[in-house]
Amino acid sequence: MAEIPDHLLKRAQAAREKAQANQEPKVSPNEDVAAQTTTVVDDESLVQEIDEKAENILQEIQSGLNEKLISSHVAPNRGLWIRVSSKDWRGTAQFLKDQLDCQFFDWLSVIDWMPSPYGRELDTEQDIQPETVNPEEQPIEWGYTGGETRFQLICRVYSISLGIGIMVKADLDDQNPRALSLIPIYPGANWHEREAREMFGVTFDEHPDLRNIYLPGDFEGHPLRKDYPLLSRRMKPWPGVVDVEVMPGEEK
Amino acid sequence: MSITSESDQLAYIASQAADARVNVEVETDEGMTLNLGPQHPATHGTLRIIVKLDGEKVVAAEPIMGYMHRGYEKLTEVRTYPQVTTLINRIDWLGSFANEVPFILAAEQLMEVEAPPRAQWIRTILFELSRIANVCLFLGDMAVQIGATTPVFYAFRDREFVLNQIERVTGGRFHPNFDRIGGLKDDLPKGWIEETRGALNRMQAFCDEMEELVLGNEIFQARTRGIGTIPSDIALAYGLSGANLRASGVDWDIRRDANVGLVYDQVDWKVWTHPDGDSFARFWVRLQETREACNIIDQLLGTIPSGPIMAKVPRIIKVPPGEAYVATENPLGEMGFYVVSKGDLTPFRVKIRSASFSNMSIAPWVLKDVFVPDIISILASLYFILGDIDR
Repeated sequence: MAEIPDHLLKRAQAAREKAQANQEPKVSPNEDVAAQTTTVVDDESLVQEIDEKAENILQEIQSGLNEKLISSHVAPNRGLWIRVSSKDWRGTAQFLKDQLDCQFFDWLSVIDWMPSPYGRELDTEQDIQPETVNPEEQPIEWGYTGGETRFQLICRVYSISLGIGIMVKADLDDQNPRALSLIPIYPGANWHEREAREMFGVTFDEHPDLRNIYLPGDFEGHPLRKDYPLLSRRMKPWPGVVDVEVMPGEEK
Repeated sequence: MSITSESDQLAYIASQAADARVNVEVETDEGMTLNLGPQHPATHGTLRIIVKLDGEKVVAAEPIMGYMHRGYEKLTEVRTYPQVTTLINRIDWLGSFANEVPFILAAEQLMEVEAPPRAQWIRTILFELSRIANVCLFLGDMAVQIGATTPVFYAFRDREFVLNQIERVTGGRFHPNFDRIGGLKDDLPKGWIEETRGALNRMQAFCDEMEELVLGNEIFQARTRGIGTIPSDIALAYGLSGANLRASGVDWDIRRDANVGLVYDQVDWKVWTHPDGDSFARFWVRLQETREACNIIDQLLGTIPSGPIMAKVPRIIKVPPGEAYVATENPLGEMGFYVVSKGDLTPFRVKIRSASFSNMSIAPWVLKDVFVPDIISILASLYFILGDIDR
């Protein structure tokens, strides 16, 4: 086996020292916070740097898309989100591929932002009696870049030359969710769109073959919509947050 | 219905097969339709491919999936964050520890927790060990698809040493469920580092053996060189990732270019690419990557820092609202989790970006105009796990 180079040993030593510094017993939570803020100075400068890169690319997108760009979000060091309307869906993908060299098609999916009528947490009242809560009354809360409708298309493309992944979102119509297929730009979108169609009921125009990909052809409903009940959970509730087995010989 | 004669029996079998619509060959004026699978050894599970043939040539090929669809994206919505890792272990069952890492990293990003250095080191070591456990099987299996039976036995024999090491740390040979938000479940057992060095030596010897036995073999080269060639722009547009992409000459590796939370920047290592893009290149790249993984683990074993293996996380984990996407370079390619949290105990939505799904979506394109025996070798070289396609 190869010998370990010196500089690696040095790096490991530095990491060990850092770990030991973190390990020291803390007297009060205030001191803990103070110690952390002093040690992560390097990290903060790094965050600033990456942030600038994402901001620069966002500038380029803004100047390219103009008023088509509805909103955007930069999470420092984590990614870049933009939102367009569903009629600009294909145009945006074309722009990203041509202008920002986003050659790599990562994935495409849909988010159903409606709060689940069957309860979000494991042992809430709603889980026991779903009929008592009307889903229409609960307000919808959107994530990054906001939103206007229940269904949001989301697609991630990656630019290898720029080294950044861009998340594109688009609001879809509530009653008739549809958008143009991305196949002419990214042929890899084919299966992702078929999956989104069967799981969420989103129609992709100009898609050559929108059959089910996983489910049987005569399957009814769209399982990943929030109002589609998970029947096994309805029949038998999950044991709960604290799931403790009784040991042999122990009383319940 | 009573079956008395042999011809009755044959007719009965044919009608049953036609009902099930599997493995039936139908000949019409336009050509012949051949059902490949769902039970074929080359499919690593239950993948069915309907192939339309003109003589020996494939006119159109269409994969049919869903025989193993388990609905993980729906199931994650009714499980707490620590419970999810048990599920997603089962996506790519040959390198299961690697499945847990991107989800845990995404949850850590949202919680703004960072694992201590020792945990990051051990995570990276186990991640690379699962890569070896996974790709090792490919190296033997690819030769079987082409007709050489022996290498797969070598692969299973030597893979066991790696699985033993994973088992000694995690307690699970196949489904470790070892990664936790903020660190790991346990520390390394005593004497593990030296034993792992021994297992790595065996793996290096296995790679040399495969190189001699398979790569230099004339029949292997004749069956793989120039077969199933994928140019780089097509590979990118279809979302191919991992070794399949690097075998098409694209120098891109998430471990080097978009690393999150693992310690690949602490190691001297190389990203292997091959310009050809054919079945041979995919085998070659994977073989080199297995060696490189041994090299990475060897360096990391010597530099594991001391310290705790868990950061401070609350006992009941509630993840703050937000969205995060983390991808890692898994044995099969890019695997990512898009986690949407609303501040609950359970994720609001989890999109699983699995490598084999995108790698397989190129099948209709790459299988067009090849000959029937090449279907098997191309599928084997694309290397997919059905659990990773169907999720």
